[in-house]
Amino acid sequence: MNVKIAGVFLASFILLSGALQAQTKKQAMRQSTVATSVARGKVVYINVCLPCHMADGGGVQNMNPPLVNTTYVFGDKAALIKIVLHGFNEDVEINGKTYSNTMSAHDDLSDRQIADVLTYIRRSFGNKANAVKATEVTKVRAMSKK
Amino acid sequence: MSFKLAKNDNSVRGHKTVSAGLTLPEGFQAAIIADNLGSARHLVATPQGDIYVHLAGTKNGKGILEFHVDGDKATLKSSFANFGGTGIAIKDGYLYASNSREVYRYKLDDKNEVINPDKPERIVTGLLDRRTHAPKAIALDNDGNLYVNIGAYSNICSEYDPNKTGCPILDSAGGIWQFKADKLDQTYSDGVRYATGLRNVVGLAWNQQDNQLFVMQHGRDELHDLFPNLYTVHQSAELPAECMFALKKGDNAGYPYVYYDWIQHKNMLGPEYGGDGKKPADSKYINPVAAYPGHYAPDGLLFYTGNQFPEKYKNGAFIAFHGSWNRAPEPQAGYCVVFQPFKDGKPDGNWEVFADGFAGTEEQKASGHAIHRPCGLAQGPDGSLYVTDDNKGTIYKITYKK
Repeated sequence: MNVKIAGVFLASFILLSGALQAQTKKQAMRQSTVATSVARGKVVYINVCLPCHMADGGGVQNMNPPLVNTTYVFGDKAALIKIVLHGFNEDVEINGKTYSNTMSAHDDLSDRQIADVLTYIRRSFGNKANAVKATEVTKVRAMSKK
Repeated sequence: MSFKLAKNDNSVRGHKTVSAGLTLPEGFQAAIIADNLGSARHLVATPQGDIYVHLAGTKNGKGILEFHVDGDKATLKSSFANFGGTGIAIKDGYLYASNSREVYRYKLDDKNEVINPDKPERIVTGLLDRRTHAPKAIALDNDGNLYVNIGAYSNICSEYDPNKTGCPILDSAGGIWQFKADKLDQTYSDGVRYATGLRNVVGLAWNQQDNQLFVMQHGRDELHDLFPNLYTVHQSAELPAECMFALKKGDNAGYPYVYYDWIQHKNMLGPEYGGDGKKPADSKYINPVAAYPGHYAPDGLLFYTGNQFPEKYKNGAFIAFHGSWNRAPEPQAGYCVVFQPFKDGKPDGNWEVFADGFAGTEEQKASGHAIHRPCGLAQGPDGSLYVTDDNKGTIYKITYKK
């Protein structure tokens, strides 16, 4: 192996490992961002959501819907954001059971708080959906104002 | 009037027995006589040993189930009514039953069997059903009147009274309405608002001793959530009281302006209307005759007139507490049948838990995910006590042996 080829090899190795490292770092950062969001979201959940949806997200028979194993939580993010922003005032059927309490609007929460609390519920109680970003809440809020 | 609410005072007395999963005072036994019925709400018993059970929704298209009870076994005799609901009562040869908008009645034969299950008479129609507190529990007096609860379709009316000028929904909800027991198709304009300022009543009963209507009010929720500066999480779990009222025509129990604080023994001005947890309410609002811890959710009320149970139970009240949800993050509570001693037609002395253990384990109770939730009460012809559970649809029969 001559020096030139060895140099190219070495250079590409350095470049490649650098890129790999950057990617791992980015992933780690994203994970830690999600973890922070979940932690912040838990605080919002305890203060705002827990009295009705319970600590385990199990809800209350006939009244307050569970946040476990339902497409309302792990499905379309925009629909979920809208529920928090505007409240919910109709009977909802989840896994064969009906829940009928009125949920008040929580548009007083910031985009960040809503993103955090939704990220928290989408990654708790056995749910494994992806995070909600504050920018997504901003978008839905702006759209529903029109 | 005296009632103390120190918690330790109220657990099941004396030597307890455990029977059919329930904890009862010594000498009492429970049996599960039917199970998995669906959401069994109120029930009524006949002198012939039958019971009619009203389901919240229909099962196979039927909302009322009739059983014959023989000892510890209930055998399904018939099912009818194309509507689910809560209220059910027997008076003067008729079976009355309600859904969320209407009250019907079925003529009974001399064995208290429904003569024509497909053709009930519609007695009341057009009542408001806005989902929240929609069930229309019923009771009848001895003078041909029917009493119907029309619950407030709101926690505390704040969304309907933003300027605090007076809760507008009280004209057609948040009270007990009186109708004629035998007149067809009555609506609001045919009825009388018998008592107002009652947030929601599910357990109600006519007291034969003093010829008066008694009701159990479900108190408001969210004192802390709405007023974190005035009420701690713990206060919000314990307050306000669940109240027993003895009603007279024209009474106002004060919802949404007032709540009862069982720790201070006082009617308080609600925080939405300038209260701060210390200011008392206007004395024009009636006081409860007995009060119980917050959010226990009284769903059934029965005055015991049988001879089977020991003498102290005679003419006293049994209350079925459905169990709480608005005590989180504190442990949930309730899920029991309480006995309230009475003397001369009024509460006298401390209440005590009579039947406990419906919820299951302590963890199931604390989390609110109870297995069974007491709802309806009835007295059998032999003085046995029936309790329905509207979660699993279990019917218990409680008996006493000396």
